[in-house]
Amino acid sequence: MPVITYLPRPDEAQVAKQITYLLDHGLIPAIEYARDPGPRDHYWSMWKLPLFEARAVADVQAEIDACRTAHPDCFIKLVGYDRQQQARAMSLLVHQP
Amino acid sequence: MTTSMSDPRAAVREAYRPGVREYREAYFDSGYTPAGTDILAAFRVTPQPGVAPEEAGAAVAAESSTGTWTTVWSDLLTDLDRYRARCYQIEPVPGRPDQLIAYIAYPLDLFEEGSIVNLMSSVVGNVFGFKALRALRLEDLRLPVAYLKTFPGPPHGIAVERDILDKYGRPLLGGTIKPKIGLSARNYGRSVYELLRGGLDFTKDDENVNSQPVMRWRDRYLFTMEAVRKAEDETGERKGHYLNVTAGTMEDVYRRAEFARELGAPIIMSDFLTMGFTAHTSLSRWCRDNGVLLHCHRAMHAVVDRQPNHGIHWRVIAKWLRMAGGDQLHNGTVVGKLEGDRTATMAINDLLREDFIAADPSRGIYFDQAWASMPAVFPVASGGIHVGHMPELLDIFGTDSVLQFGGGTQGHPGGNRAGATAVRVALEAVVRARGEGRNLTAEGPEILAAAARQSTELGEALELWKETKFEFDEVDRLDASAAGS
Repeated sequence: MPVITYLPRPDEAQVAKQITYLLDHGLIPAIEYARDPGPRDHYWSMWKLPLFEARAVADVQAEIDACRTAHPDCFIKLVGYDRQQQARAMSLLVHQP
Repeated sequence: MTTSMSDPRAAVREAYRPGVREYREAYFDSGYTPAGTDILAAFRVTPQPGVAPEEAGAAVAAESSTGTWTTVWSDLLTDLDRYRARCYQIEPVPGRPDQLIAYIAYPLDLFEEGSIVNLMSSVVGNVFGFKALRALRLEDLRLPVAYLKTFPGPPHGIAVERDILDKYGRPLLGGTIKPKIGLSARNYGRSVYELLRGGLDFTKDDENVNSQPVMRWRDRYLFTMEAVRKAEDETGERKGHYLNVTAGTMEDVYRRAEFARELGAPIIMSDFLTMGFTAHTSLSRWCRDNGVLLHCHRAMHAVVDRQPNHGIHWRVIAKWLRMAGGDQLHNGTVVGKLEGDRTATMAINDLLREDFIAADPSRGIYFDQAWASMPAVFPVASGGIHVGHMPELLDIFGTDSVLQFGGGTQGHPGGNRAGATAVRVALEAVVRARGEGRNLTAEGPEILAAAARQSTELGEALELWKETKFEFDEVDRLDASAAGS
């Protein structure tokens, strides 16, 4: 199953800025991965639990890197949970095989 | 049973006095404190010359609740205090000595639960033709929580719609298929496929696309859903086409909705004003029962909401739609309109999306409105927008909106697919820029130009429509200065 993206893949510095935005908005970061995701797959695999303790960009970046090392052949996305809205407020593809 | 003279009921017994009395005797009460369960209305009243403000306000209260022109004996068989509406406040309108704002409180017992139609027949019923008034406009309504809880509300709401579609953190993109009448079902489906494949999330039937001889509904549904499925397979993301199920009878509406569901359509569409609130509310309940999203087009709204001194303000109709239920509602574009329009439109976006909206006369909001967790409705911006507007659109409408590009995609030199890709690239670039902390208003053109270096589709679109943006701005400045003089 293809996943179409419309911008060049964000480099590390660009991802870092998005993580800053996520943390600055009080969102809870989480990382998910999937080998062959389809348009109706709501549940990608969770990379650990959501990163409730993450406070710095480097905390999140380190987990993205670890997930990429473990699953280089998977799509990886960074998610931001919003407790107040009880919903996801952000979803960003950070790695594609 | 006997009643002693000390019984408080005895004190209110009165003799039957037939005849015509002034409305203000019974329907104007400046000392009345509205109850938390009252429905409150703000009317812009233009009385006939010689009609006192209190009498005009009281007349509106009377004619929209329990009053008739003369006293009748059977008034004495009930306690009308429980049912009568009261004009409790009159405000002058700055700069318009012929107008006033009358605030009216309606006891909840006047209304049937869960019926927008009953509310309309009462509050905007006979009173609008009342001879003592030259004009009358319902500006706002405060709906108490006790009453709101009797309405279904949106079938899904913004949060659930995003979960179904698995799309977060950005506005959704739509496009109306053009020409709206004249394409065969197969050719129409081609346009749908190309737009979705290019990058739009949704395509849309226009308001008058129902089941004309040139393209019957069933054929359209079959071809467009083939297009939706193919685009999903090829892009890896959910897609949808707003299948307009509006029809001449409710039986036909249900028949079309059920066929759409059988085909796996994620979303259908209603012309809720021309179809009527009863029909629309039934369809909204059907959508919740069947897990189908509901897009709402407001065809005919300008007939009732355009005159500044007569009719119903759009903010009231938008509130009714949130109560009756809809997942997406058209609410103007803002871009390219006057500043006043922008403020009013943004306030209505809040009425659709927020859980509490504070009274703010400068935004046209007359009352605090609490929604008590009723799900939110996506505002839809549609008409005359193109890629050049994208930074401003995200800045103004925010994340929870649907942006509709019709001509702005299908008018691209490379056709639908290239046009849709240009729009999607522009959106993704602007959302990324926002996440990077950049100022969208100041840096918008620069952000788009940088994205266009990676996307020939976006570059061509920006080049094609750059003059259009310039002309829009010039015309708007002329309109604004003319309106201000």
